[in-house]
Amino acid sequence: MARPKIARKSTSIDMTAMCDVAFLLLSFFILTTKFKPTEAITVQTPSSVASKVAPEKDVVLVSINKDGKVFVSVQDEGKRDLILNTLNTTKNLGWSDADIKGFAKMDFFGTSLAGLKQQLALPKEQQNDKVLPGIPAKDSLNNEVTDWMRAAATVYAGTQMNLLMKGDNASKYPAFKNVITAFKKNDLMKFQMITNPESVPQGTELWKLNVTGKGPEE
Amino acid sequence: MAEMDTSGGGGHKKGPGVKKSKKLSTRVDLTPMVDLGFLLITFFIFTTTMSQPTAMKLALPKDTDKPEEQNKAKESGALTIILGKDNSVFYYEGILLPDGSNFKSSNFKEIRDVIIRKKQSTPDADFVVVIKPNEESTYKNVIDILDEMAINVVKRYALVDIADSENALVKVTEAANAGK
Repeated sequence: MARPKIARKSTSIDMTAMCDVAFLLLSFFILTTKFKPTEAITVQTPSSVASKVAPEKDVVLVSINKDGKVFVSVQDEGKRDLILNTLNTTKNLGWSDADIKGFAKMDFFGTSLAGLKQQLALPKEQQNDKVLPGIPAKDSLNNEVTDWMRAAATVYAGTQMNLLMKGDNASKYPAFKNVITAFKKNDLMKFQMITNPESVPQGTELWKLNVTGKGPEE
Repeated sequence: MAEMDTSGGGGHKKGPGVKKSKKLSTRVDLTPMVDLGFLLITFFIFTTTMSQPTAMKLALPKDTDKPEEQNKAKESGALTIILGKDNSVFYYEGILLPDGSNFKSSNFKEIRDVIIRKKQSTPDADFVVVIKPNEESTYKNVIDILDEMAINVVKRYALVDIADSENALVKVTEAANAGK
């Protein structure tokens, strides 16, 4: 009995379909990815059980890096301009319009008010938390964060302002306290601290609340 | 594997063995392309930020000089937590005794039990946690302890400056612990 001959099949598989899938996924990830802007201020945020996503609009961000240097950034460029104008008039800094235009282009402010021109003069890649001295906030006499916050509060008066604080794990408490003092002086009593999400430990009261669906109170 | 036929009119080789140009398959091997595709996918998966940062809300009380406007805390219901350097935690219940005998050291793992025990043993209306970070504690410590407040659903807590006497006690305890 002659056995039927089994045709030797080619081992090469048609890759077209797989290729299609791969590139479909690739385009999905390319389109959805949002690159982290290269952060000039490196801050390692602590984690907390807070589940609310940090707001992204109308943000006034105060960052504290690991050395306790304080930086202020205002997201909205128009508001940035207004804040600088307010600072200029209230503190008699004598900036020209061109100066203010230049300052408004900066992503964040990391020097004393008098030193802003030096920051502007620095090349972009050198404007980071290592080079810049930070906004003076050490003592109550020369707490320029207060001035920034006052100007921000004036400009944002009547509109929504999301005051965010982003502190580094290793920064010491006094830096945090100085910033809080600056907030308090301007009656900015509500602010939010940026943290990394963390799961609620099991068996705790908050966990029980979450399980029963009541959720934490705001 | 398959190759693109680029020879075009290259069948004009002179010589004895003039071959008839074979019709080559137009199929291209896609394996390297798939490889590249998946490599890029992995790159984008790893660089994409899926976890959005969250924000923790904190509302500060208004500072008042007038004593009648200040919030009163019952001594018996108060739990004072002091944060020191190197993630150390100290606490005492009620008011600090002059000899410091109710001043205890703890750490971030054990403080939760202390808070829970105190919360259960005091009436809700009296229970208040006073948080006193000293100048050597870090921002992370403060967030962690505020987080403990959220975890244990402590409704009343206050962030207060540390008193010199307490800070001195912290220093002494830290020195004693370091000597062990």
